[in-house]
Amino acid sequence: MYLPGKQTMKPAFSVIFLTTLIGAGQGLFLALFTHQSYALFGLLPMQSDAFYGYGGLLVLLLLAGGLVASFFHLGRPERAWRSATQWRTSWLSREVIALPAFMGMALLYAGLHLTGIRPEVVTLPSGLLIDLSIVIGVIATLLAFVLFICTGMIYACLRFLREWHTPLTVINYTLMGGASGFTLAALYAATSAPTEAGFFAGWALIITLLAFVGRFASLARNARLKPKSTIQTAIGVKHPRIAQRSMGFMGGSFNTREFFHGKSPAFLRTIKPAFLLLAFVLPMALLALGLYTPALLTFAFIVQYIGLLAERWFFFAQANHPQNLYYQTIG
Amino acid sequence: MTQLALVIDLNVCVGCHACVTSCKEWNTSGSAGPLYDENPYGADPTGTFFNRVQTYEIGEFPNSETLHFPKSCLHCEDPPCVPVCPTGASYKRKQDGIVLVDYDKCIGCKYCTWACPYGAREIDEKQQVMKKCTLCVDRIYDMTMPEADRKPSCVKACPTSARLFGDIHDPESVVSKAIREDGGYALMPEWGTHPANHYLPRRKTHIKIHQDELERADNPLKVDRQLPKPGKGESSMEDVSAW
Repeated sequence: MYLPGKQTMKPAFSVIFLTTLIGAGQGLFLALFTHQSYALFGLLPMQSDAFYGYGGLLVLLLLAGGLVASFFHLGRPERAWRSATQWRTSWLSREVIALPAFMGMALLYAGLHLTGIRPEVVTLPSGLLIDLSIVIGVIATLLAFVLFICTGMIYACLRFLREWHTPLTVINYTLMGGASGFTLAALYAATSAPTEAGFFAGWALIITLLAFVGRFASLARNARLKPKSTIQTAIGVKHPRIAQRSMGFMGGSFNTREFFHGKSPAFLRTIKPAFLLLAFVLPMALLALGLYTPALLTFAFIVQYIGLLAERWFFFAQANHPQNLYYQTIG
Repeated sequence: MTQLALVIDLNVCVGCHACVTSCKEWNTSGSAGPLYDENPYGADPTGTFFNRVQTYEIGEFPNSETLHFPKSCLHCEDPPCVPVCPTGASYKRKQDGIVLVDYDKCIGCKYCTWACPYGAREIDEKQQVMKKCTLCVDRIYDMTMPEADRKPSCVKACPTSARLFGDIHDPESVVSKAIREDGGYALMPEWGTHPANHYLPRRKTHIKIHQDELERADNPLKVDRQLPKPGKGESSMEDVSAW
């Protein structure tokens, strides 16, 4: 519902699920491959192919879920293929390419492990055997980071949505995706390789802490932002007191539906501490306890995912679109 | 290089919405399909428009004035909505600078509306594609029309000629002259979008009248001295003559 006044963008649930699901998927892949890399250098016991393989399938499941969610955002989903064409200029187009590319690599990674087809690619002078799953893993890791950058830049590149126009947006998308992925990896390991759960939970704890710091920094930054556009620059009249008397219509328009979330200030005040608690503070506590009581890792992931949904809602709702200056008074 | 644009004179706009309705009428009747309206006669009507007229009150009563403010796509010279489009549906024409949406390529992802600070784009809820002012591109080049009609529909409709149309890159065009001579300005210059459409400010006409214009310096009464005024009780010319 449209409520005139100082309101901000209406978050789309399709995009909330897209960004949180693929973030967790990318994070989970990074967690699995980090473990495999450690194991390759003998720092951790190498796990069975099934562990990495089924983990890879779980990654794929999350990414597919995000991809399906993204289609609900489109007015004309049957033309979605066209969105891969403008990669020269559009970060959205780049994401559309990076996501399936990463999915393909994740599928290949899972497939190589599950079928046990792991042809040797090269043997390093140190005697280290590099097989195809490692090579694919490295490529997929790079693509996971590319995808984080694309997703973050979709928002960070919009210069007049100043709450988003900061490197913190990209950093936080990466950290929050990583945090949820590593937490999920800890949960996954607790069920299929209990000895390794501590490794994942430890990293999840560290990345969640970093994500907390990053998100807190962006909240602090945004709290101090002063709007560049004002009603004066919007209509080009230099006078300190200007009030809109009519937006030109009374029945609402796309502009009043898309850019006003219609939630009360009390709701906004509640959701901010709620997501800080659910996405960061509680999961950190549960992860720390989960090091001793693995059963708590399930709650850690569920709580953190719900927290990240709330975080993403707030992320969109906090963006103050200059167009709202033109839509302040029904009349 | 040509950059077609509108120049809107806020000094003469009376806020009659004739440009809104004529725009809607022309653009809902074209080959691109209707501009969808939902519940047009119902309790909660809403629809797609290319052009809106808004009203602002400047200052505080009693020292206030009303400003009517037509708003449509500004056809920015550096349009932020174009590079973000993932499909290439949004584009800026090289030959005349009009920013257009290819309705056959648009996937309705709405990303361009996030990237437009002016709120100039509205999705068509029926066709699920993004729509915006086309500067009546299907009209201004239509050779079957008399030349006088080859102007955007809103320009033709304006009863006070508040809307001018032309090439702002041609220094001799009516729009360039208006911008140059009447203080044309762009909206939200802080974002560097360089809108092609310009607005002419409200201009108050002040007349300066000097004292010697009210009282003629060469008034014969002044030159020859004032005639002696008759006393209150004495008879004057008014008593004896009809003039």
